[in-house]
Amino acid sequence: MTGKKILIVDDEPNIVLSLDYLVRRKGFVPLIARNGTEALSIANEHIPDLIILDIMMPDIDGYDVCQTIKANPLFGHTKIIFLSAKSRPEDISKGLKMGADKYVTKPFSTKQLMVEIMELM
Amino acid sequence: MSGLIILVIVAYLAMLFFVAYRIDASTRLRLRVANSPTIYALSLAVYCTAWTFFGSVGGASAYNIQFLTIYIGPIILMPFLWFVYRKFIRVSRAQGISSLSDFIANRYDKSIGLNRLVAVLLMLGIIPYIALQITGIDKAIETIVTNNGTEQNAWLRYVDTSLLVTLGLGYFIIIFTTKRFQEKEQNTGLVGAIALESIVKLIVFLFFGIYIVLYAGDKPELYADFDASKLKLNPNNDYGQWFGMIFLSALAFLFLPRQFEMGVVTAANERKVKRAIWMFPIYLLLINLFVIPIAIIGNNMFAGNKMNPDMYMLSIPIHLNNGWMALLVLLGGFSAASGMIIVSTHALSKMVSNAILMPSFINNRFVLNRFKDRNHRIPVFFRRLSIFTVLLLAYLYHKFVVADFTLISIGLVSFVAVAQFAPAILGGIFWKLGNKYGAIVGISLGFFVWLVFLIGPTILNVNLHGLFGTADSGGAIRPEGDLITTVLFWSLLLNTLGYILGSLLTKQTALEQNQATLYVDIMNYSTDVDSGVVWKGTAFFPDIKSLLSRFLGERRVTAELNHFAQKQGINLEDQDELDSRLIGYSEKMLSPIVGTSSAKILISSVVKEEKLSMEDVVNILEESQKIIAVNKELQQRTDELKRVSEALRLANARMKENDLMKDEFLYTVTHEMRTPLTSIKALSELLSDEEDAMPEDVKKEFLNTILKESNRMTRLISQVLDLENFESGKHQLIIDKVDISELIQHCLQSLDGVFKQNNIQVCIGIESELPDLEADYDRITQVVLNLLANAAKYCDKESGKVWIDISRSGSVLQVKIADNGPGVIPELREIIFEKFFQAKNQTMRKPKGSGLGLAISKKIIQLHEGKIDVDTNKPEGSVFTFSIPFTQNRD
Repeated sequence: MTGKKILIVDDEPNIVLSLDYLVRRKGFVPLIARNGTEALSIANEHIPDLIILDIMMPDIDGYDVCQTIKANPLFGHTKIIFLSAKSRPEDISKGLKMGADKYVTKPFSTKQLMVEIMELM
Repeated sequence: MSGLIILVIVAYLAMLFFVAYRIDASTRLRLRVANSPTIYALSLAVYCTAWTFFGSVGGASAYNIQFLTIYIGPIILMPFLWFVYRKFIRVSRAQGISSLSDFIANRYDKSIGLNRLVAVLLMLGIIPYIALQITGIDKAIETIVTNNGTEQNAWLRYVDTSLLVTLGLGYFIIIFTTKRFQEKEQNTGLVGAIALESIVKLIVFLFFGIYIVLYAGDKPELYADFDASKLKLNPNNDYGQWFGMIFLSALAFLFLPRQFEMGVVTAANERKVKRAIWMFPIYLLLINLFVIPIAIIGNNMFAGNKMNPDMYMLSIPIHLNNGWMALLVLLGGFSAASGMIIVSTHALSKMVSNAILMPSFINNRFVLNRFKDRNHRIPVFFRRLSIFTVLLLAYLYHKFVVADFTLISIGLVSFVAVAQFAPAILGGIFWKLGNKYGAIVGISLGFFVWLVFLIGPTILNVNLHGLFGTADSGGAIRPEGDLITTVLFWSLLLNTLGYILGSLLTKQTALEQNQATLYVDIMNYSTDVDSGVVWKGTAFFPDIKSLLSRFLGERRVTAELNHFAQKQGINLEDQDELDSRLIGYSEKMLSPIVGTSSAKILISSVVKEEKLSMEDVVNILEESQKIIAVNKELQQRTDELKRVSEALRLANARMKENDLMKDEFLYTVTHEMRTPLTSIKALSELLSDEEDAMPEDVKKEFLNTILKESNRMTRLISQVLDLENFESGKHQLIIDKVDISELIQHCLQSLDGVFKQNNIQVCIGIESELPDLEADYDRITQVVLNLLANAAKYCDKESGKVWIDISRSGSVLQVKIADNGPGVIPELREIIFEKFFQAKNQTMRKPKGSGLGLAISKKIIQLHEGKIDVDTNKPEGSVFTFSIPFTQNRD
């Protein structure tokens, strides 16, 4: 597992704080982005294996980031998990339609999230 | 030249025939002409006769422009036409009225005596006027023939052209007014021809005017002595006379038989009056446009040699050797004269036939029965006889009276004559108490004065003036204007007094009361007045039908009665006794053919009439008024219902919107709660799972964060409650005297730590001597803190700067809080003040904060009757401004 890169995209630093610790504890390499633009540039540079993606962000939203990544053959193996407070069924189905592999709603359980991550890796 | 004149006149008459014939022959054309308001307005211009065409220039040549009063009167009258003509037209249509005398007599007990009186008096008043038109044509032709010296063989001089013209016009009238009159059509061909004549005379006058003005343009000698100050608006310095003349011509416009014929009898609908109200004055204006220039040029052209100014219109082109122009002008004059002759003769002949001949015939049982089989031809015969009589009398008058005595303005004398019908007619449509005796007494008195003081001196007066009553030499002033207005005043005064006294001293009959109500209240009836005619009596269908058939022909009678019965839901087969509506309708059908008085006699002869008691009349009228009232109420209710349902729809929409907003708000609140909750949950999970493995400093950081996020949630909850309380009105302001600079200092103190920590420079500008502010101290503090905190949050990260500026603008305090951060983009100007403004745009997110601070600030400022706004025009930094009045309204 070691060496696999997970990109954490969220504009809430306190959420990033917990995710960063969680990912690091399991031996992944965390990459941090605080908005959509940053997410795309870091992803392009490091080609992460998985992206934990928030949806509501100040500039480019999570849907757009997801679409852009999935449309790029460079990221053929990159998995995406949406981690969002948007919890209505239509939000979830929209997120999956965008090409995401999983959709986890906030507030999330760290154990559950890790199970989902492991499933994809 | 002589031959040419005859040719032109014959050609012109032929054209009139052709136009009238074409209109009558085609149903489509007939409808178009009958419904055209423009043609209606033009047909009213039959008001302008040869007197206008030639006489106006004559009047103006003496610098006397009093002739204008003749046109000012009708122009002033025009707006009132809407009230008077509509009543005339509605009554006439409801009662089958076909002439002025019928209109009067029908109102006053359907009296034959009154009908005859009016008809005879109108003959006296109008026949000289018709004669004057014949003389006008005659003089015009003579002017051309005698002045055209070049032609040796002016044989026309030895021919009585006036007789030929009279005969030609008589033929035209007979063809177009008696041929089809038993059908329901309203002489549409005649109306079309008259409208055409109005166009011809106007265009010729304008054409000649332009021609002569252009001609005189480079010849200053032709208008050298023109002196506008010599124009005598008021030659006798007598304003009463001016007023009198204007009043007189307004009355004449209403009651001249030819105007009544064109404006009321042939008017198919009253809506056409609207167009005439503005179009007819324009016509009058145009036809008078060149009168003064032509008169001035004529005066100069013929200075020295005597020339009748009434004939300037012709002498000028002859003098200029422009034979074609002279011929054209002659044609214009002819069209003006002939239009008047045709319509006046037609209108008069109807009265003579229906008021004088017909009743005598009908009352004479012997003759009536003798001609039983040819009854339907009698009205036509009488009408033709009357036309012939009227024209013959006019011709004789022209030949032996006008020719010998050049009279004072015959036109004006006629005007005074018809003005005598004003009290009876206007009283008839506005005053229910006016009755037959009043009308007879008033009209008789008026005409007596007219005869004695106007006609008497006319016949005895050998002192000659111009043809149309204008002066024959430049300087003299018409003496008769004074006489006319004096006689008008006294005759109308006596007439009105007689009418009022006569009406008050005698009693109305039941029929008269009935008719009076109908005339006065006609506008309360629906436009379908067929059923509004009040009748009571018994009759048998075969009697009525055979009576009608005798005068109208069986085919038409059967068709129309069936149509009426169907419309009113009357079963003709079923009834032995006739429905009273059908009897009323039969009388109405008969009226235009034989006159209202005769129609009544004829119908009475087959109907066993019951005296209508006043009670019956009142009942019937009340019923029809009730229907109208019910209709009105129904309409009102429908309107109200519409309004209410519209309001309901709006309220519903608003409620749905509110619901939607509430849902949205709830969703956003829970969503906003989730963010700190997420951190708290994740961090505490990690803490409990990995307590042992976790380094101390990480533990500490996690615990601190949990604490911060808990505080964030608490703040959010209290803000949501705050906003909710403001919106529901639970939060009331506690208004007190507030020292604003103290408040600002207090706020800055509490944020001192934040500013210091982030190295933010704060600049304060407070206007000196600001009065105390009436406000809620804690709430305003909340707003200032919120704005300052925002500024601290968004200002430049490296060298942050925040400005506070407090000033006074009139009665309003202005607080500006600015920063040097990235500023607010214009698109967000409105929505940043909305709660959770990202709600509108779900995927976009406000950088930080609860999303409620500005919404609460806005609410607080609004409660203080102030305004809060952000300046988005700044390229850099945001500037928030709020302003509140120093004093609060307290209710």
